[in-house]
Order: sequence, then C-alpha cells, then structure tokens
Amino acid sequence: MIADLGYISLLLAFGTAIFAALSAIIGVRLNDDRWVRSARNAVIIVFPLVVLAALAIIYSLVTSDFSLDYVWQVSSRDMPTYLKVTALWGGQAGSLLFWNLLMATFTAAAMMSKWRDQKALMPYVIIVASMTQIFFLFISAFIESPFTRLAVVPADGNGLNPLLRHPGMIIHPPMLYLGFVGFTVPYAFAMAALMSKQAGDNWIRTTRRWTLVAWLFLSLGLILGGRWAYDVLGWGGYWGWDPVENASLMPWLAATAFLHSVMIQEKMRMFKMWNMFLIVLTFCLVILGTFVVRSGVISSVHAFAQSAIGPFFFGFIAIMFIFSAYWMTTRRDMLKSENRLNSYLSREAAFLYNNFLIIAILAVVFLFTYYPIFSELFTGEKGFVGAPVYERALAPLFGALVLLMGVAPLTMWYRTSLQRLGKSLIWPALAAVGVVVLLFVLGYRDWPTLLGFWIVSFSAGLTIAEFAKGISARMRSKGESAWTAFNRLMARDRRRYGGYWIHIGVLIMAFGIVAVELHQQTTQVRLLSGESLTLGRYEMVFNSVSRYDGADDLQITEADVDVYKDGEFVKKLTPRIELYTRTMQPMTIPSSNSTITEDFYTILVNWEPTSANAATFRAYLNPLMNWIWAGGIVFILGTLIAAWPESERKRATVSHPSSMAPAAGD
Amino acid sequence: MDRRLSSRRLLAVVLLALVALLLAGTVFAQDDITDDDVNDVASDLYCPVCESTPLDVCATQACADWRELIRTQLSEGASKQDVLDYFARQYGEGVLANPPRRGVSLIVLWIIPILGIALAAMLFFRFMRGLHAPSADVVMSGGSPGDSPETAAVPEKPRPAPGTTSAELDDYISRVEDELGD
Repeated sequence: MIADLGYISLLLAFGTAIFAALSAIIGVRLNDDRWVRSARNAVIIVFPLVVLAALAIIYSLVTSDFSLDYVWQVSSRDMPTYLKVTALWGGQAGSLLFWNLLMATFTAAAMMSKWRDQKALMPYVIIVASMTQIFFLFISAFIESPFTRLAVVPADGNGLNPLLRHPGMIIHPPMLYLGFVGFTVPYAFAMAALMSKQAGDNWIRTTRRWTLVAWLFLSLGLILGGRWAYDVLGWGGYWGWDPVENASLMPWLAATAFLHSVMIQEKMRMFKMWNMFLIVLTFCLVILGTFVVRSGVISSVHAFAQSAIGPFFFGFIAIMFIFSAYWMTTRRDMLKSENRLNSYLSREAAFLYNNFLIIAILAVVFLFTYYPIFSELFTGEKGFVGAPVYERALAPLFGALVLLMGVAPLTMWYRTSLQRLGKSLIWPALAAVGVVVLLFVLGYRDWPTLLGFWIVSFSAGLTIAEFAKGISARMRSKGESAWTAFNRLMARDRRRYGGYWIHIGVLIMAFGIVAVELHQQTTQVRLLSGESLTLGRYEMVFNSVSRYDGADDLQITEADVDVYKDGEFVKKLTPRIELYTRTMQPMTIPSSNSTITEDFYTILVNWEPTSANAATFRAYLNPLMNWIWAGGIVFILGTLIAAWPESERKRATVSHPSSMAPAAGD
Repeated sequence: MDRRLSSRRLLAVVLLALVALLLAGTVFAQDDITDDDVNDVASDLYCPVCESTPLDVCATQACADWRELIRTQLSEGASKQDVLDYFARQYGEGVLANPPRRGVSLIVLWIIPILGIALAAMLFFRFMRGLHAPSADVVMSGGSPGDSPETAAVPEKPRPAPGTTSAELDDYISRVEDELGD
C-alpha cells in the first residue's frame, strides 16, 4: 500500500520533470516568463515527490515488506533498524533512487538560492538539469525499480551485504554520491551559460562554489573509503586501485584540474574553452563512474549486456557528450581567450602545468582501469592491471605534481623572474636536503625514499613559508601580533589560504603515503598458543582464540594476542574473522596499535579448531600511517575554509559581482 | 652365527635407514616454505573470482586453496616465475597483477600512455608558444599593472591599485602587502 503510493509518487516526479524541461524550453522560445516560472515550480515539486518515494522504500525496509524484491534483496528481519534505513543505498535499485533524491535536492536548492542572481541562466539550467533528472527517474521508475514486486512473498529477506554493515560503509557511499550528484549542478550552469550566450564570468562563480562543495564531498568520500578499507577489509592498505575506486577518483581529478584552471579564467580571461571542457569531462566521468560501479562492466564485458541499465547509461553518456560538444562548438567564439601568455614562468603557466599533470594522471588511470575491456575485446581474454603497475606509472607524475604544488604559489601573474623565484626556493630546498640527510643517517638509503621525502619536505617548506611571509608582512605593516596576523590573513583571503591548507593536508598525506608504500613490512606465520612472531621492533604473542555468535547470522572467531615493542608490553589486540553464515561470506577484521610513527596491524588469517590452538596471523608494520588520516582531516578543514559562504555583511561590502573574482583570485 | 647374521642385518637396516633419511632430507629440503614465501608469489596474482583482491590477502576458501597450490609448487622447487607462468597458463593472463608486455597490454599499458603523454607534452608546449605573446614586455613596461587586462576588465577593484609601488612590483613581499592593505 505504502509502496504503491511511493511508486505513484515516483511516476509523478518523472512526469513533473518532463514538464519542467518542456515548459522551460517553451519559456525560452516564446520568451515568456510565466512558462519559466512554471518550470521552476515543477523542478522544486520534483523534490518532495522523490522524497515521498524514498520514504516509501525506507518504510518498506523498516517494516520488512518482503513483497518488494528490493527489500528482500538487501534486508532481513533481524537487522537493526538503522541498517534497514541505510539499506536504501545497499543495492542497485535503491542507490539509483537515492541518486535521484540527492539530485532533486540539489536542483531544488539551486533554484531557490540562485533564482534572483542568475535569472537569465535559469531556464537553461532547468533544461540541462532536468535532462539528467529525467534520465535517472526513468531508470528508477521503469528499468531498475525498487518497487518491483515478488510473485511469492518470502518469509525473510536476504540480508544486507556484510561489507556494507560497517559504520564507515554507511556514510561512505552517501558522501561519494553527494560528490557525484553535486557535479551535475556546475555542469548545468556551464551549459546554461553557453546556451544563453552569457558565458561571461557570472556563471563561473556559481559553478566554482558548487564544484568546490561537490569536490569536498567527493574528497570526504574517497578518504572515508580508504579508512573503511583499512579498518574492515584487512589487507593492510587503504587504496587498491580497484576499478570502483578509480571510477570515483577520475571525476575528482577532473574537478581538481578545473578548480585550479578556473583561477586563470577569473584573473586573466583565458582558457574558457578548456574550463568548459573540464566541467563537461567531470560530468561525463561522474555518469560513467555511476554506471561502472553499478553495471560490473569492468569485471566482464558480458556483464554489460546482461545488466539492464548498461545500454541506457551508455546511450545517456553519448547523448550528453554530443550535446555538450555541440554547444561548445556553436559558441566557441564566446570561449576565446582574451589574453595571452606572457611567460612560461608565471602563475597562469603554473596552473597549466598543473592541469597537464592532472590530466596525464587521469588518462593513465582511465587506460589502466578500462584495460580489461580492451583486452577482452581484442584478445577475448580477460586482463587486469594490478596496483603495482599503477604505482610505477603514476609515482613520477604525482611526484612532479607535489613539487609543482610547492613552487607554483611563488610564481606571480604575468611573469616571474627566475632570479627571484630561485631566491625564494633556495632555503626550503636546503632545509629539505637536511631532512634527507637525517633520513640517510637513520639508515634509509634507497633513492626513491630519499627523493620522495625531499620533494614532499621541499613543498611543505615552501607552503609554510607562504604563511610565514603573509604573517610577517601583516605584522610589519599593521603591528599585529603573530596570532592576530595569522587569523586576519586567513579571514582576508579564505580561498587562497584555504587552498594552502588543502596543500598542507595533501603534503601530510604524501609523507604517509611515501612511507607506507616504500617501507611497509609484513609477515605471515602459523603460531601455536604461547608462540610469537617478530616484525621490526615488535613482538606479538599469541594467547588464545575464542569463537562465539554475534548479531544476526554472524559467527565471530576472535584471537587474543599481546603486542610488545622493544620487549615492553604495548597493547592487547583482538583481530577476528567474521563469518556471515547465511551467505558463508568471511571478513577479516584487523586490529591495530596505532601511533604517530607507525601502525602495528594484524589480521587473523586462519584458525583450525581441530588442531587445538594453532592459528595463522599476518602482521603489518605501516610507518606514518596516521599521517594519511591526519592529512585527510587537514585537507577537509582546508576545503571548508575555502568553501564556507561569505558572511552577509562581508558579501554586501566586498562582493560586488565583478570585483569578487579577482580579489579572491589567486 | 645367527647372532652375527642378525647383527649384520641390523647394520644393513641402520645403513638403509640412514640412506633413506639422507634421501628424504634432499627431497624435502624445500619443505620449509614459509607463508611469506607463498604470499610473495600470491601478491602478484589476482584470483578471477574475487574481484580485484590480490591473492595474498583474499579471505575466501578458493583463494586459500590457490595459496596451498603455490606452496606445493614452491616446495617442488618451482621458482616464483614458474608459478606465475603456471597460473597464467591455467587461468588466463587476467590473473597476473603485472600483465605481460606484449600484444594488447603492450599497446594499452605502455605504448599509448608513454607516446600519449610525450605527444601531449609536445602539443602542450607548442600551444603555449602560440599563446606566448611576442609583445609581452609591453604589459610590464607600461610601468603600472593598471594597464594590464586584469584591471582593465575589472574596473571596480576593491583594493588600491598597486601602481604606486611599481618599482618594487616584482617583489613578492610588496605584493603580499598590497593585497593585505585594506
């Protein structure tokens, strides 16, 4: 009953979205504002309609209405209520509905908040945004409907995929989706600017802010995903270059390139075509990513034909690509650069180098991720690219990018003299050499480690020097204390200093990544009770194993081990194997002793109840692992500083539309 | 006589046992294959069932069986490469973390990225040279950046024009001070 109401609501949303698009087109054609306002109201009404549909599914999940195929697939009676609610995004049909919900929310929010500022763009924004919304509502209503009924009502459901029952997994997908869906709004504004011949600078501010917010969520999703992998998947790592991970990394990379190059456009009126291309690329990668995650096309080309949504997604991507290319070519005159490049050694050139490197990384990830498809198409044999191949290929590109991250902020618009640039580089470079010498003395002799740490330390020194210069300039000219100067500096140009905080976050992560990737140690040993294994300065003594029943159908096998460092007791760890007996799906949940210098991380690989007290453990020593998470937090805080809306007072005084951009431009 | 015979027999048995032990020793010399040896090989393999999980960390029973197979082969004296070759032959090259450098993988994973990036770099620098204004000095020698397109396009600048300090314009610190001077 409730489910039927939800389905009707979804159909109404589909119809309303079509009406919104048509009405906006008529409004533009007839130049009649009444049609446009009607279109806006329709877009806003789609939002509560989709909310109703989503609530109907949540209600069915919570009340265990197994007459719905979806509810049967992803839930069971004995699941706790919060898991039943989050099962909304636990399967394909539900997560597509969730996509619709977020998209409707974002579009309605954009309508309400930007209606007066961007009135001329709005009809076109409605047309473009509705195209995406109509597509997803079509998929949800007719192809992969969560409201599909089962002929026979089963007594109990299948239960949620165990991998998705972890708290990290409950928030990780919504964050990724918020990021993904968020990018549809900048795309709509960019296209609207082209279609309405208003590709001036107005759209770029709206687009930049939205892109930054979407990018924030996507970054958060990626970091949480890494943490979840580290805490739950039990393989000692945080990023495996898995196709699904790559599918969300690629739009992130394209958006990162855009967020940098958009500054050239704001400051220099250059590269408008390129920025438009990056927005389109981000959007296409988002749709492709959603499709890749959902269709299983990477694991086998044949999954594409089997999956109901595959051909539709493919068609939609093709349509949107042709649509974007059409408008970019017809409006190419508006996208001409109004300026020229003055020097290879300038801020605008530095942004171009940045874009070049990011796009190169993106291209490599794209080729490697889709290699299985090429392989299967051309040889008929399945292929796969493992993490080591990615790391070898991408390490030099990432190294160059990190180096540029430190140097680029020192360059100036128009041109920078090599002499002055050199003068500001010399001390941080020497300080970084000091770090390398210290590492050499400590016994790190391999050149990748030394080079990696030199680059990261050098960039870190330069970035910190940027803050120091700003603070000391303020202290001298205004006589402020260091702390006041620091705060006012940040408040004065949040976008720039927020950006530098993001850089610092990346650099802290980079220290951790270089350390873990190059100096992770691991060993696997079968131990009898009382025996121990040694790894680095750590010793781990195996005491006992216990097996007991957990929630639902869970059987938990938990080991009890003591960890000693340099002979001193540190911590008792409890790595465990969780077996979901219904699906017989095992999960190895690690347990770790985490410090600022290293993580001692162990998993229970195997326990044989028959051979009494023998168990196999794998232990990892992950140096500077916590730096990755700490850097992630700084990264997110930096993004918040850069993206936080201006206060009303400040907006009234500072933000005259055309003056805003250059003031916050560098 | 019987006793001597039996003692000779005993000696033969002992000798035989010794020889057998020695033989066994050489045959099973490879027996102390550690889990680390197995994982070293397994980390370069991906099982075709569990998507994109390296074999050394995969928790399923099928993967555990594969690891036992690796152990057996190593204990029979196979090298790491032998084992990898065996798995590639048996289950296809999709199981290898490092695809072999030939055919499609050579083209897609090596030639296209390297040539592509090199070509892109060439085009990129040609494009930059095209953009590079031959009259670049005009902008700077104008003395004041007030002539620059930046301010030309944006008449309402919120901060004072930095033209007053044009002599030190190139100096970074003065630029920061300009930007902060409110």
